[in-house]
Amino acid sequence: MTRPVVTVDGNEAAAYVAHRLSEVISIYPITPASPMGELADAWSSIGKPNLWGTTPTVIEMQSEAGAAGAVHGALQAGALTTTFTASQGLLLMLPNMFKIAGELTAAVIHVAARTVATHALSIFGDHGDVMAARTTGFAMLASASPQEAQDLAAIAHAATLRSRVPFLHFFDGFRTSHEIAKIERLTDDDLAAMIDPEAIAAHRRRAMDPEHPVLRGTAQNPDVFFQAREAANPFYDGVAGHVEDAMEELASLTGRRYRLFDYVGHAKAERVVVLMGSGVGAAAEAIEALVAAGEKVGLLIVRLYRPFDTAAFLDVLPETTRVVAVLDRTKEPGATGEPLFGDVVITLADAAASGRTMPRVIGGRYGLSSKEFTPAMVKAVLDEAGKESPRPRFTVGILDDVTGLSLSVDDSFRPSTLGVIGALFYGLGSDGTVGANKNTVKIVGESTPLHAQGFFVYDSKKSGGSTVSHLRFSPTAINSTYLIANASFVGVHQFDLLEKMEVLDRAADGATLLLNSPYPLDTVWVHIPIEVQRQIIDKHLRLFIVDATQVAMDAGLGRRVNTVLQTCFFALSGLLPVDEAIEKIKASIAKTYGKRGEAVLDRNFAAVDAALAALFEVKVPTEVSGDARMRLPVPVEAPAFVQSVTAEIIAGRGDLLPVSALPVDGTFPTATSQWEKRSIAFEIPIWDPSICIDCARCALVCPHAAIRIKYVDESTLVGAPDWVLTAGTKGKDFPDKRLIVQVAPDDCTGCSICVDVCPARSKEEVKHKSINMEPKEAHLAAERQRFDYFLSLPEIDRREVEVASLKGSQALRPLFEFSLACSGCGETPYLKLLSQLFGDRLMVANATGCSSIYGGNLPTTPWAVDGNGRGPTWSNSLFEDNAEFGLGMRLAVDIRGDVARAALRGLGGVLGDELVTGLIEADQSSEAGLADQRARVAAARERLEAVDSPEARATLPMLDSLIRKSVWIVGGDGWAYDIGFGGLDHVLATGRDVNVLVLDTEVYSNTGGQASKATPRAAVAKFAAGGKATGKKDLGMIAMAYGNVYVAQIAMGANMTQTVKAFAEAEAYPGPSLIIAYSPCIAHGYDLGEQMSHQKEATASGYWELYRFDPRMGQAEEHPFKLDSRASSMSFAEFARKEARFSMLAGANPDHAEELMRAAQEDIDERRRFYEQLAGLERGLPGEEVPT
Amino acid sequence: MTPRLETRYLGIELRNPLVVSASPIGKDVERLVRMEEAGAAACVLPSLFEEQIEHDSMAVHSVLEYGSESYPEALSYLPEMVAYNTGPERYLDLIGRAREALSIPVIASLNGSSPGGWTSYATQLQDAGADAIELNVYFLATDPDETSDAVERRYLDIVAAVRSAVTVPLAVKVGPYFSSMANMARRLVEAGADGLVLFNRFYQPDIDLERLEVVPNVVLSSSVELRLPLRWIAILKGRVDASLAATTGVHDQFDVAKLLLAGADVTMMASALLRHGSGRLREIYDGLIEWLDLHEYESVEQMKGSMSQAGVPDPESFERANYMETLASYVIR
Repeated sequence: MTRPVVTVDGNEAAAYVAHRLSEVISIYPITPASPMGELADAWSSIGKPNLWGTTPTVIEMQSEAGAAGAVHGALQAGALTTTFTASQGLLLMLPNMFKIAGELTAAVIHVAARTVATHALSIFGDHGDVMAARTTGFAMLASASPQEAQDLAAIAHAATLRSRVPFLHFFDGFRTSHEIAKIERLTDDDLAAMIDPEAIAAHRRRAMDPEHPVLRGTAQNPDVFFQAREAANPFYDGVAGHVEDAMEELASLTGRRYRLFDYVGHAKAERVVVLMGSGVGAAAEAIEALVAAGEKVGLLIVRLYRPFDTAAFLDVLPETTRVVAVLDRTKEPGATGEPLFGDVVITLADAAASGRTMPRVIGGRYGLSSKEFTPAMVKAVLDEAGKESPRPRFTVGILDDVTGLSLSVDDSFRPSTLGVIGALFYGLGSDGTVGANKNTVKIVGESTPLHAQGFFVYDSKKSGGSTVSHLRFSPTAINSTYLIANASFVGVHQFDLLEKMEVLDRAADGATLLLNSPYPLDTVWVHIPIEVQRQIIDKHLRLFIVDATQVAMDAGLGRRVNTVLQTCFFALSGLLPVDEAIEKIKASIAKTYGKRGEAVLDRNFAAVDAALAALFEVKVPTEVSGDARMRLPVPVEAPAFVQSVTAEIIAGRGDLLPVSALPVDGTFPTATSQWEKRSIAFEIPIWDPSICIDCARCALVCPHAAIRIKYVDESTLVGAPDWVLTAGTKGKDFPDKRLIVQVAPDDCTGCSICVDVCPARSKEEVKHKSINMEPKEAHLAAERQRFDYFLSLPEIDRREVEVASLKGSQALRPLFEFSLACSGCGETPYLKLLSQLFGDRLMVANATGCSSIYGGNLPTTPWAVDGNGRGPTWSNSLFEDNAEFGLGMRLAVDIRGDVARAALRGLGGVLGDELVTGLIEADQSSEAGLADQRARVAAARERLEAVDSPEARATLPMLDSLIRKSVWIVGGDGWAYDIGFGGLDHVLATGRDVNVLVLDTEVYSNTGGQASKATPRAAVAKFAAGGKATGKKDLGMIAMAYGNVYVAQIAMGANMTQTVKAFAEAEAYPGPSLIIAYSPCIAHGYDLGEQMSHQKEATASGYWELYRFDPRMGQAEEHPFKLDSRASSMSFAEFARKEARFSMLAGANPDHAEELMRAAQEDIDERRRFYEQLAGLERGLPGEEVPT
Repeated sequence: MTPRLETRYLGIELRNPLVVSASPIGKDVERLVRMEEAGAAACVLPSLFEEQIEHDSMAVHSVLEYGSESYPEALSYLPEMVAYNTGPERYLDLIGRAREALSIPVIASLNGSSPGGWTSYATQLQDAGADAIELNVYFLATDPDETSDAVERRYLDIVAAVRSAVTVPLAVKVGPYFSSMANMARRLVEAGADGLVLFNRFYQPDIDLERLEVVPNVVLSSSVELRLPLRWIAILKGRVDASLAATTGVHDQFDVAKLLLAGADVTMMASALLRHGSGRLREIYDGLIEWLDLHEYESVEQMKGSMSQAGVPDPESFERANYMETLASYVIR
């Protein structure tokens, strides 16, 4: 029987089976498992049925805990149920997993295994999460490739129904979940043959039904609980047999044979490696090469990890084995060894007790957080195992120079991969390289006999991020589960990358290099950095260039060069005849983009057709020439830690950092983004002081703090170079100073929001504003000089500034700068403002999400320090607990203040009563008050340091607690409205002085735009592709119900003054405060450069009302609720049509869209009426005439 | 005896000369049904703009691609929809729905932007069931190097190309801004137009004095504006072998009567109907009968062109001298 061959990633492979075999799919997004839920939702939304003709119900929950609860309930009521998750998500499911397993309920959870956050969050893959679930009673099945992710998914679904034991099916996050490979798809007949209908019927019969009621979920006492727990044992004893049966059925259907434990290698192996997951591919290649070289080594692959079938394990392990090396992709600090190691030791010890020879067992850790795992590392492990006294515990893949656990690896060991073509592509996220490469893998995989593999490495930058695509093509199956180290083709899709990345380190001798070059054939060589030229010569590379950017521009595709370079790749690689390749590329373009319209196809086809005419071979000179050099990752003046650690990470050499280089507890210095000069903008804003009206709006709205303002004394500017630009100030704020508006040219991302808000226009030419986007290259040198000069000017004294005003706030140095957020991010202007207003005493509890990534993802952080070294201190706990985390900070700050004040009271003799009283009773409500208190603290420190008494020494560390802290709890709507809502609600109810800032993008932005309860009616989002049918939760109103919570809803673009005021009032309010900040996101689908103007429309249409609710006003017998936005002057439809999230639905389903839009307008009208009533404005019922 | 209102336009028999012009009214089939009930004899659907299709298509592409395949946690930001309908599908569907709901002829309108676009979309409109096609030919010749001859050639090439691609009747809607309108009209007919729709009424940009922005200023027409089509219909009547449709400034039965007298085969209305709804059409319909009756016309056919330039005793009154006199009388007053 011929089965369809498809080219899919591991997530899709598993989700396909899960969707075919389920009725209820309860989901919550989490990287790297999100695509499984998204695919299931997409399939169900178009009515794709399961194996039995029913479309599975897919429901997005508020958290993984919620998803697991719904899974449990659906199972209890008899539905075939599944879910997908990873990492913290799996941890949140644990309580229900114990229940589901304890009740012997057939279910499957598919897990894209991911690191659990410890000293840091990591989205990448290891087994930390699934190992935390091994006590739940779930059976655990490990897949090692996309093909296995499909096959073992089917085995899991089949076996759980037969065994009644629920299954956790896992595969490695990213390495398998995101690897694209050619696989043979299981047919419905295959699945039907594997699933036992009687087992389904039995599952139904066990379900809750009032027609035959049962009681489940009892509470039991010491008398019976234990026995009842043991009563399930026979079911666990039966699991292995059921899995074997399902594996056997799959083998008879497809020829692909899996066993509980598989073995590859020498039949009489003396050294055997044991592992599970994607590392199997690399290990198998190593074993094959070593056996071929005459070594007696083998690999034991674990597939069914729980229940651990010792007999099956012993059955496949050669009796000749002298040393077993067990590799765990997890770390269990303090344990005698990692979990798989422990299982193997126990198994062998039991066997030894029964007379089998006990081999030596050594255990090591590898591959944490997707750390590269190669055949060379496997060889290193086997070499260690072959030593007379091998290390009992070790690590491999890193250099541990602290505890010395790591093995040395000989990277020159590379098993022959004859016939395999390895191709590497370096590009930017924005140029479409990855998308085209995915299509290339599909083209080759699905239209040639070759096997194809695609794996993609992204960095964590949300703007200007680079991508590296690793593509392999081979006449035989590809098991290489590691990055390409010896590429026969290297494509560099952005010329600038030559000076930023080591693009030829992985090029093989004689490889082909394709460069997207803006320079012509005769001059390109001297523009290539000399270091790269040297590699080209030494590695005997053939060099080709194409001006893909120009070809793409001519075709009307902007800078999306992907299809041009894809065509050149096919022409140079010879994988297909050129004409056939072009035909296939066009077919794949039509398949990928066809729905979007003919213009898209025509333009891409034109780019493909023009590509080869622009492709030229460069005759490689024998010598290097020119003066182009690779850039240093950070400037030489950067601090030592930045030089030694941060710079290495920036340069892509983080893998080489030894253990000793890294902090032991995840603590890093702040103020590091200033050293990472990425220079990614094509155009930057240039200031024309002659027409500036000194409004400060450009600085306020800049998402990257790349537009700065200083007000300086004339005297400071005496002797300033003539290229320094200044302007006179306007208004009352800084009458005697000069104004400087300066761009940070290497930090600007070119979003142009500053230009959008600039109100000053030239009288001679309206399009010329006081800030204008201009080509960066023409201004770079001058603006770099100006920016350096600008930084050298003194910062203004905070006491001179009316901090809580638009202009005042922007006169202050941002302590959140140059973040790696998306260009034009709608969130970051609020954080920057926060840092200006309270940055020198700011503590931030940051929920996981976009803001924790651009705020805290290595290598650098935008949180910065002022000239005194003070600045925001920042921490991220989890996604779900952020409000509680921040409350904890507040409690600590309060108690530490109390302790300090108590201590001071006993030190009057040393410090003087006046100083003690001053410190204790300080009014710190103003900048002057704060400065005075800092002076008192300094004085107290000086006096205490002079006194060598136990009391003085004990009090010294407490002094900083006397300076007022500003505690802010920051997160997105996914946190505040959904997963963290319970905690947020509780924290607000405590009445404690915390400030909550919700950066409301109305979707889960960080994981790619899934709907949250903040998503408005009528918007499309992932998990709401048909348009969200329900309205947005009114979080502000819920908080107001407590009566003692300050609540503000703001939109910076709509009302900048109200925004600044709200921050100041919230911070000053001595109880809980909540600010809900409208934060446009690329998931809204419009040019974010226009977001501030568009925010005005959001408010003008009533879509986003502005208000402030101040409980103090209520006490003063005024209306506590102040509606800051006027009655709507435009319809919701007028506002919404500019955003793709609303307009796409109108294209896809106009009738439904119209219905939802009408309902959304009604929501807006009704909310406005309600708010007006709250605000005490004279309003009647709908349609009722109100006397004026 | 009630006067007979039948007329013939583009070779199609119509029950009266009242036609709904291309406008947003045509987007809503229910509204068209009300127009038909009120007396409309045919309707022209709003234009299908090739440029809009291309723009929508690239806009969807742009937002879907932006930020995608760039960051490991979010390989895309918007869901893929089953369809985007950026192409002509919705318009073609509108033709089908209008045809189904109405018994009067449905005329599709097309504004192309590429030579291939004109013919390909015209064919699709025909295949979707349009009874006739109105070509809404419009481009501003802003290039100082482009001669008027070249501009006119573009018009004629489009008409000829579409004519050869479709078999349904073809009307051509143009603006009045040709050096030789009469000559251009004749050449358009020679190129294949079965009728001329006079004139296209372009939205003209305005300046927002506070925001210093150029803004589109949509102003509905008034009866005053019918003078321009009235003059040219009177001049062209009998001189071109094609139907003549008057559009712009038709607001009441008197406007209709004037245009019929000048030689229009049909009169097209949008502004009056947008402003007042289908009730106005009924009023015009009733008013036209009353006027004809009062003035003892037997039929529309009888009056059509009776006051064309050829039909009036002082033909030059439709030409430039007329303007001079008017101006002179104004100054004396």
